[in-house]
Amino acid sequence: MKLSLDIEKNIGTLSLEFKTDISGERIGIFGASGSGKTTLINLISGLLLPDKGAIILDGNTLFSKHQKINISPKKRRIAIIFQQAMLFPHLSVKTNLFYGYKRCRENNRIIKPDIMIDLLKLQPLLQRRVKHLSGGEKQRIALGRAVLANPHLLLMDEPLSALDDTLRFQIITYLKSVSTEFRIPYLFISHSITEMQLMTDQVLIINKGQLIEVTTSEKLAKNRMVNNPNGYVNFLRLANPVDQNGLFSYSWGNNNLLVSDGKLNAESLFELSSHDIVLFKKHPEAISARNLLECTVTEMFNSGTKIGIVLAVNGEKLVAEIVRAAANELDIAPNSQLFAAIKASSFRRLN
Amino acid sequence: MQLTSEDIASIWLSLKVAVTATALSLPIGFATAWLIVFKKFRLKVLLEVLINLPLTLPPVVIGYFLLLLLGKQGWLGKLLAELHIHLLFTWKAAVIASVVVGFPLLVRSIRLGMESIDQQMLEASQTLGASWFDSLLTIIVPLSMKGILAGASLMFARSLGEFGATIIAAGNIPGKTQTIPLAIYDYASSPSSTPMALSLCLISVIISVFVLLLHELLSKKIDRSNGL
Repeated sequence: MKLSLDIEKNIGTLSLEFKTDISGERIGIFGASGSGKTTLINLISGLLLPDKGAIILDGNTLFSKHQKINISPKKRRIAIIFQQAMLFPHLSVKTNLFYGYKRCRENNRIIKPDIMIDLLKLQPLLQRRVKHLSGGEKQRIALGRAVLANPHLLLMDEPLSALDDTLRFQIITYLKSVSTEFRIPYLFISHSITEMQLMTDQVLIINKGQLIEVTTSEKLAKNRMVNNPNGYVNFLRLANPVDQNGLFSYSWGNNNLLVSDGKLNAESLFELSSHDIVLFKKHPEAISARNLLECTVTEMFNSGTKIGIVLAVNGEKLVAEIVRAAANELDIAPNSQLFAAIKASSFRRLN
Repeated sequence: MQLTSEDIASIWLSLKVAVTATALSLPIGFATAWLIVFKKFRLKVLLEVLINLPLTLPPVVIGYFLLLLLGKQGWLGKLLAELHIHLLFTWKAAVIASVVVGFPLLVRSIRLGMESIDQQMLEASQTLGASWFDSLLTIIVPLSMKGILAGASLMFARSLGEFGATIIAAGNIPGKTQTIPLAIYDYASSPSSTPMALSLCLISVIISVFVLLLHELLSKKIDRSNGL
């Protein structure tokens, strides 16, 4: 996907000016509330008109003040997933799901509804009424409805912020599987670094309607580590759990990890805060932490008063953080060999 | 219950005027409410003042304005006369009086219904490929149906009770322009006619209760079909 934006818009107290070329499939737009994220989404989708400039998506001019081109939202084929699901309450779940599909020209209907229904596990919901759906179910229907409209681009306007943690990670799994399966590029808007890490590769940081920086979600998480209450959040996909004296022994690549909050017979996504990793220069004698991993420092980065340490753990990667004094005392540098201790209870299961 | 043939004619006329006034006002009222809620344009405030003006004016004043406007010397009256259309002192004048007096109530109710629709729901429908007309039919009309129904009920009830503007613009001609309130007014001036006046009052109550019951039933049905 190639999206070229050269737009200006004054709306209320916000003066938005955006001039950039975006290319990629998983793009994040990161900014605080009121920074202009939703205004930008509305401009791209055609719900708002820029005062000046042009919007070009994959070579097609969607808007050009100069050339007097303005493709209506109906014809842009850019679907939005809103913060609230915005299902039509008077229509059945099935009619909601097919709302965009029915309005899509027959030769543009590439995505097969049956595949979508299977992928999002929607079959049991189809006969239900909208008012009887939970928040997560509504958002799944909204996702299916948007994708069945066969859009060139999906705009996700903080689609997870109205959901609790458990549902959030469930929906993330669905969002990722849908975009991978149907190869639909998306712009994902959020002010959550965790969501940016999980959903995006490239991130555009905006503030007060201006583009501040183009970075990667990895770099964003590293730079904001010190401001984030959870530090840098490591996401670990752990597989093949086995019961081991009340704990769960998981495979993590070529490593084994002991986790207290596990679930048998399922691969699970876990988060681990950089705060929860303790580093040792030498093998400790006896420690209570159930996981001791041998690792090598591959990179070090500054984040305010802390130092982030990127560790290679037998083919996997972890980010830990320590204070500057500790780094000096332990004489940690790239290629240093260390031991990382992690308590079994430090892993938080997300699904 | 004592009803003369003229009383029965007044009942039928009242119903005819109320049904016609409601049917005529609904599409215009819907379009006006849609304009006010969804469109931005200059002089919107002026339009709103104009629509709501009959709410604050005494109905007699409205009747008098209609008399001036539709009379032989009025600019609209002259124009209609050339087309051999005479409205004053016919049942059609009673309809026009009812429309003018009830219109603000109709628009207000439909508007409330439309304002309760989340703007993002319409944006969702547009980005899913719906044209504005498609959104109007599939989203706006069904979701503001409760407001439309409330507006229609109010309009109907207001037409049934309309007196001041009607008596001036349509007169009080038994069997021709005499509606229930005008007939009761006639009976009220003679003490011997109390049973007839009471009979018409009872008919008025029955019609009103029926309209209110119908409104409640339909309103609940709309709530159910709108998933509320």
